[in-house]
Amino acid sequence: MSVADRTPPWTSSGTCRIGFRLSRLEDGLDFLNAFVAFANFVMLPAVAYGSQLALGALGVTMIYGILRFSNFAHGDTMAFGAMATILGTWWLQAMGVSLDPFPTALLALPAGIAATAVFVLITDRLVYRFYREQKSAPVILVIVSMGVMFVTNGLVRFVIGVDEQRFADGARFIITAREFKELTGLKEGLAIKSTAMLTVVVAIIVVAILFWFLNRTRTGKSMRAFSDNEDLALLSGINPERVVMFTWIMVAALATVAGVLYGLDKSFKPFNYFQLLLPIFASAIVGGLGNPIGAIAGGFVIAFSEVTITYAFKKVAGYLIPAWEPQGLVQLLSTDYKFAVSFGILIVVLLFRPTGLFRGKAL
Amino acid sequence: MTLKLRDMTLFLAVLALIAATGFLQSWNVALGILNMGLVSAIMALGVNMQWGYAGLFNIGVMGFLALGGLSTVIISKPPVIEAWDAGGPRVIFALLVGTAAIVAAILAWRRIPVGKARAPALVAILVVGFFVYRWLFDPAVAAIEAVSPARAGNLGGLGLPILIAWPVGALLAAGAAWVVGKTALGLRSDYLAIATLGISEIIIAVLKNEDWLSRGVKNVSGIPRPVPYEIDLQNSERFVERVSGFGFDPVTASTITVKLAYAGLFLAVLLLLLWLAQAALNSPWGRMMRAIRDNEVAAEAMGKDVTARHLQVFILGSAVCGLAGAMMTTLDGQLTPASYQPLRFTFLIWVMVIVGGSGNNFGAVLGGMLIWYLWVMVEPLGVALIGGITAGMPDGFWLKEHLLETAAHMRLLTMGLILLLVLRFSPRGLIPER
Repeated sequence: MSVADRTPPWTSSGTCRIGFRLSRLEDGLDFLNAFVAFANFVMLPAVAYGSQLALGALGVTMIYGILRFSNFAHGDTMAFGAMATILGTWWLQAMGVSLDPFPTALLALPAGIAATAVFVLITDRLVYRFYREQKSAPVILVIVSMGVMFVTNGLVRFVIGVDEQRFADGARFIITAREFKELTGLKEGLAIKSTAMLTVVVAIIVVAILFWFLNRTRTGKSMRAFSDNEDLALLSGINPERVVMFTWIMVAALATVAGVLYGLDKSFKPFNYFQLLLPIFASAIVGGLGNPIGAIAGGFVIAFSEVTITYAFKKVAGYLIPAWEPQGLVQLLSTDYKFAVSFGILIVVLLFRPTGLFRGKAL
Repeated sequence: MTLKLRDMTLFLAVLALIAATGFLQSWNVALGILNMGLVSAIMALGVNMQWGYAGLFNIGVMGFLALGGLSTVIISKPPVIEAWDAGGPRVIFALLVGTAAIVAAILAWRRIPVGKARAPALVAILVVGFFVYRWLFDPAVAAIEAVSPARAGNLGGLGLPILIAWPVGALLAAGAAWVVGKTALGLRSDYLAIATLGISEIIIAVLKNEDWLSRGVKNVSGIPRPVPYEIDLQNSERFVERVSGFGFDPVTASTITVKLAYAGLFLAVLLLLLWLAQAALNSPWGRMMRAIRDNEVAAEAMGKDVTARHLQVFILGSAVCGLAGAMMTTLDGQLTPASYQPLRFTFLIWVMVIVGGSGNNFGAVLGGMLIWYLWVMVEPLGVALIGGITAGMPDGFWLKEHLLETAAHMRLLTMGLILLLVLRFSPRGLIPER
């Protein structure tokens, strides 16, 4: 008897010994099916989304740690980086260059990072430096970043328009749901999107480089020193403008990578990047503003909660408790309320642990 | 405080800009700009109370405006009787149960002494409360939304006069502000910003998805008006006779009359609020607020309750935003939840306040009218500018097509540039605080 055309266990319940044993076996498979469905619809998307959020939150948290303000333009910086990379990708595609099975965007990524770095450095020179020299209150810098957000948003719309752009090419799946089913004989398929896998791998590489840079190199150490105690860092002869420059370059790199990965995994639409601002800030604050490890943890906390709470568990529940046929979707909140999840976690953390899970430098 | 000559000139200049639109284009367009400009001025007044008086950073203006918009539906639309019969009381009971669960959780957290029992009790109350709430709520909503979904599908409203919706909108917004303020005030200023950003996104999500309440993306149209309808004016013999006597076309005259009536209403509200705001700012209370803003530690040392005063002014400012939101939806005649965009309804208001002069009520009013005018006019100007630039390019050239296509997005760029330039070169705005 093949697994695929088995009858549901509650119809063949314990009338004879064989039937009973079969249903026991199927219970085990049901558990596996439930797990695969859970992995396919909750775990994998959450890991990919969490990596994207973590990269975004790292950028926010670095600006906060070193330049000491909340950068509201970060979502749009991500959009700018993604846009620059998309333009590069289109040019490469027009030239006939491809990186099959990987997306061509990976080749264009360095150019995108460079363009974004130039853009944020110009912004810093023209806008932020003035207020740094004035030693303006952080809240003024936040408002200034709002102006930068407007301008960046306008620029992105001006160059690439407001419509959705698809630029992912190369293999779509590492393993499709059908291949997985044929391979394992389970009823549920586990589809691994190549972009999701790529997101995770690239995120791990980027984070590894970042931590190596912060902990091992002279510049990285001077950045951390500057973040911990500005006056002491200045006394020991650290050049603040150099620290700021490196911060912006790294933030540009993080934002571009995050933006491109998000765009590859979902799709590129300028407005979506603006809306990422809330989950990104929630990640950074939940982890503890100014703390890089916290930003990563926060990204995954937010992503997992968002996906878990808005996922309709009907299928999983159907496997786990076959006798229970739920009427609804067994969904805690509809997907339209995903902002409410980041917001709820944010509020809980603010109420009970305002410095974040990893003791950021807030308050 | 009296207005200086320079300030008067600025106000007259904005009015002259609008009047120029009237002479050059049409009075309908000019009055349309004026009406929305007046509403924008009220929004800017609200944000100015929070930012200008107290230094509170609220970037959830959109949410408070939307609550005001919702109040017009709740107050003025006629009730859908079948929907009420289908599940109205049950929805209300469910909402009460949900609120009760949250209140019980808060009480439990306060009353139960610190120990092992506290956290599990809190979680248990919330989880049980959530499931009871959903069990009550879901069937009722399904029943309501099944009632002639193409026409209604919601509970409707109370069928009261629309003007009542304006103060009710302010109350709704004040309630939301109380919840946000209770949780996020007293923490860092950026945290309040993120919290308000979050609550505004959630309010919009509720409006978009709770069809039983606001019909969601199906929109609520035909919200009653406080002023006569154009068609009634055109059908009224006395009106036609009178305007014909002046030599006007009855159709144009009727639209202009309606817009003038709105302008009169809005101006009355604006002047009342401006008077109240000025009185408050110049009272001991206003001086205290500014003292708290300028030096919280010193004000606290003088015995001022900083957090309570912040909460107070945060609620007041949000209420003004809610009022403005209700007025805006009244002007539009429909509630379209999908049209609430943060760049337009939150950040643009901020540009108004900063450009006008934060801390100065007259500045906020001026900024509201001026920036609204620019927001409307930048788009045609941008298109004209791009048209001029690309005139020399051959037709079908990709750059020309692209530029013409994207010219409409000049707005955000211009607004951002204005904000940055004002912050850099005139951070106190057009009419500075004094």
